[in-house]
Amino acid sequence: MPPTRFFILLAVITGIAVTLGTIGWPTNEPAHKVVKDDKERKKAPDFQLKDANGKVVHLSDYKGKVVLLDFWATWCGPCGIEIPWFTDFQRKYKDRGFTVLGVSMDDGGWKDVKPFVAENKINYQIVLGDDKTSDMYGDVEALPTTFVIDREGRIASVHVGLVDKKEFDDAIQKLL
Amino acid sequence: MPFKSCFKFLPPVGFPGVVGFLSVIGLFGAVALVAQMAPVVTIAPQPTVKAKRGAPATVTLKVSLPAGFHMNSNTPTEPNLIPLTLKWTGGPLEGGVITYPKPALETYTFTAGKPISVVTGAFDVTTKFQVPAAAAAGPAAQTGTLRYQACNDRMCFPPKTLPVNVTVSVE
Repeated sequence: MPPTRFFILLAVITGIAVTLGTIGWPTNEPAHKVVKDDKERKKAPDFQLKDANGKVVHLSDYKGKVVLLDFWATWCGPCGIEIPWFTDFQRKYKDRGFTVLGVSMDDGGWKDVKPFVAENKINYQIVLGDDKTSDMYGDVEALPTTFVIDREGRIASVHVGLVDKKEFDDAIQKLL
Repeated sequence: MPFKSCFKFLPPVGFPGVVGFLSVIGLFGAVALVAQMAPVVTIAPQPTVKAKRGAPATVTLKVSLPAGFHMNSNTPTEPNLIPLTLKWTGGPLEGGVITYPKPALETYTFTAGKPISVVTGAFDVTTKFQVPAAAAAGPAAQTGTLRYQACNDRMCFPPKTLPVNVTVSVE
């Protein structure tokens, strides 16, 4: 094979590998697993954050439950799309050992968050986040970032940015 | 069919062609990764503003936001959205009247068909000042901050405040 064609072949193979690595292999299977395999799950860092009443909330308070941990903010448009989904999940699955826990990253604190919670009829617990908690979860910067945590307190899936409601629903159902 | 004959259809584009091809593919992957990182907003370095005592003086900030991102305009359509805000905090110039870029009404995946008021790409934020008649002659710093909050189609990033520092030469 002439050297030029060899390089082109190499480029094509590399290109395909890079592209598939980025966008996923085109099969009939889902683009990624709904939840990670058991052995791939890492312990979700415990934190202590305060709710609107000043009560300290730990993630470990929810051990034994499937937790949808949502980092969000009132100024985040995509977060506002997901919040009605999460209130729906809370309503549908709360009696099966599931809960949503929202971590607000609003700098303005409760004066911004409380009216938003009331206006959007949020039916799950909200705590005020901080940089320390964000760092513990890998320096959460893009919002929404949502972790689905299994009953053993391990991270089963991570969703950065707005995704489909079904992705969350499938993950929750798989863990319940 | 011999193995090598499978690839005879490929044109002999040479090493530059290979590099070009790889670059395009690499760029594709890089764009997907960068989309999850906060955008780097820049304010171009300001030339010294010459200001005559008792006369008006204009400061134009040239701001740039990477492609694929937007920031709320100075007049967001929703109360929760954080507006683009320039604040002047110190310096010899007075009475700044700020003109923000003309916003665009855009819809995104998360706006559910409802347009929001945003700015994108490269734009100017202009301030018209008055130079006090008693201003001290010579160079001085006019300082301020530019606050913005940026998003792309699927995620948002925390509000940021950039320092603004313009050298003014009062004559």
